[in-house]
Amino acid sequence: MPDARERILGRLRAVKPHAFTPSDFSIVETKTWSPAARLERLRTAMAAVRTEFLDAAAHDWPETVRAFLVAQGARNVAYGPATEAGRLLAAACTRAGAPALVPYDRPIEDLKATLFDDVDAGFTAVRCAIADTGTLVLWPSPEEPRLLSLVPPLHVALLSAATIRDTLLSVLRDEGWAKGLPPNVVLVSGPSKTADIEQTLAYGVHGPKRLVVVLV
Amino acid sequence: MSAETGSTDFHASSSKALLDPSLRANFRRAMDGLMAKRAAQFPDPVEWDALRTLAASIRARTLAKLPALLEALEARCTANGIRVHWAETVDDANEIVLGILRARGAARLVKGKSMVSEEMHLNDFLEKNGVESLESDLGEYIIQLDGETPSHIIMPAIHKSRQQIARLFGEKIRGAEYTEDVDALTATARRVLRRKFFEAEAGVSGVNIAVAETGTLVLVENEGNGRMSTHVPPVHIALMGIEKVVEKLEDVAPILTVLTRSATGQPVSTYLNLISGPRGPGEKDGPGEVHLVILDNGRSRIFADQEVAATLRCIRCGACMNYCPVYTRVGGHAYEAVYPGPIGSILTPQTEGLAKRHDLPHASSLCHACVEVCPVKIPITQILVTLRKESAHASPEFLVKGAGGGRDRLEDLAWWGWRMAHVSPLLYKAMSLGLRVFGPLLKGGAGPLKAWTQARTMPRRAPRTLHDLASEKGLPDA
Ligand code: SF4
Repeated sequence: MPDARERILGRLRAVKPHAFTPSDFSIVETKTWSPAARLERLRTAMAAVRTEFLDAAAHDWPETVRAFLVAQGARNVAYGPATEAGRLLAAACTRAGAPALVPYDRPIEDLKATLFDDVDAGFTAVRCAIADTGTLVLWPSPEEPRLLSLVPPLHVALLSAATIRDTLLSVLRDEGWAKGLPPNVVLVSGPSKTADIEQTLAYGVHGPKRLVVVLV
Repeated sequence: MSAETGSTDFHASSSKALLDPSLRANFRRAMDGLMAKRAAQFPDPVEWDALRTLAASIRARTLAKLPALLEALEARCTANGIRVHWAETVDDANEIVLGILRARGAARLVKGKSMVSEEMHLNDFLEKNGVESLESDLGEYIIQLDGETPSHIIMPAIHKSRQQIARLFGEKIRGAEYTEDVDALTATARRVLRRKFFEAEAGVSGVNIAVAETGTLVLVENEGNGRMSTHVPPVHIALMGIEKVVEKLEDVAPILTVLTRSATGQPVSTYLNLISGPRGPGEKDGPGEVHLVILDNGRSRIFADQEVAATLRCIRCGACMNYCPVYTRVGGHAYEAVYPGPIGSILTPQTEGLAKRHDLPHASSLCHACVEVCPVKIPITQILVTLRKESAHASPEFLVKGAGGGRDRLEDLAWWGWRMAHVSPLLYKAMSLGLRVFGPLLKGGAGPLKAWTQARTMPRRAPRTLHDLASEKGLPDA
């Protein structure tokens, strides 16, 4: 007896193929902006959904982040110690008055309670960003695990303005995503939110309550 | 639902809903808000037209290549380490999910929003089998607490006011005080569900789009509960209907833009979660196992009929219900179906059969608003009319389940009489004469006229017929 797969596919294959016309992507392809306009668009779109921005200089962003975390009263900050950005942040946080850094360097099974209960902020880099919709592209990896940008109530994301692109379509085409993706890619366009109660917008439901973009 | 026949009566349930002023107010307010937000997202009619033409072409291409794309999806997912399961019926799908959970001894589960899981009545099934299955989307969580079903496919708790939710939380959640403050209510849900995410032994989610080219499951959400459900527990089970696939990764971009803008009037959702496999080598988190359950549940039958197959283009944005004058007035529960509103009125009769659900294709004034806002150009009204026709008089080549099951002999007789009167001048004259003499006596009191005049005023007859007026002007009678 054929199994469910064969029966379903069999029924579908038995049908004369439906007609279709080729897709014309030009309405999406033609969306482009100058670098300055891209930055402006990203900021406006993200600020509209309560994303905060910290402007920093390329050489001392770690110091900007450290000062910000201190000002926010963050005690424990999770980060990926093996990334370039993680190393620079750790170097800035060696002096007195810095928050304690929690390296996310072991499986979640060994870090779950800390991450859920004790960590105030998570720090990640951003691979690139999308001006069209005001979106950060996060690329979790063994060095920068998925939950860094999800579980802590504050997510601090380091974005280089030079990486801001036009649209999702242009990013995935230019970077050749179709050739294969890592197990998880997340696009983030603001802090967690909901409108499930009377359409009233409330921030910080299950994911981070605040998203702070450090812009260099 | 009437017990003897198993068929439902939209007329009765909608009449009941219409008498509930707070329900009507809740829907009116919500739908007005959603319509305004959506409209603001498509200010340029030229762009809107080009975008929906593109989105419709992508979905039509999916259907044209459906069997091949499903096979490609399975192959790519399997290569990525995702285990693929096929289910013909909701019972099969439930058993598959339970089997996965049993094999891992998982008894606590968190769920992201999934309409397919609603089709399966998965929560009930799992609870019966000793598994706690907790909804984590705020709207879904609210209605689960109250033992209800979603009344909208995007905003499941839209029928409830904040006062009702405040009372519910106060009663059902330990340590929650009565408050109407939305931020405080949200914070309560966050507190409760954080623990649940932490403890969960498995996570279930839906799939907004599955990409055949890369073996990627795309999940769209704002709250972060979907990411929590798919990344924190050790096992992730994703549920999708067979139609949810697209051919290429780049197809995702246009679909997403019309989806979020149509659904909630957002240019983009807060999170777009692209899952292409379980925890990879060296990764510190993510589920060790990812399963994909591909459910048919009557879809392949819809696919077989070219006249109604466009139903499967649907991307579940909910715009058709937001704009539907019937849905706005009666709300989602009156449809007594998993999918309410215009999409439900074409989908449910096809999956459950016309014999059982022949009432639903009539739950529409055919005003066409749904067709105008549908981002994938589904000819909803045309399909409604086809279903009405086939429910009364099945044509032999029509494949939908239960066709002809809504036939009403009395109605047939009435239409036969009407037709006769219009093909025979003699009968027509007799009918006019009869109406002139007896019409005033009817006063909307008898038989079908009574039902008609319940919500409408009786049309007033002109004192003289068109025939009389025409012959007075010297126009010859045919
Ligand atoms: S039928 Fe069209 S408008 Fe309705 S939910 Fe589906 S895609 Fe959206």
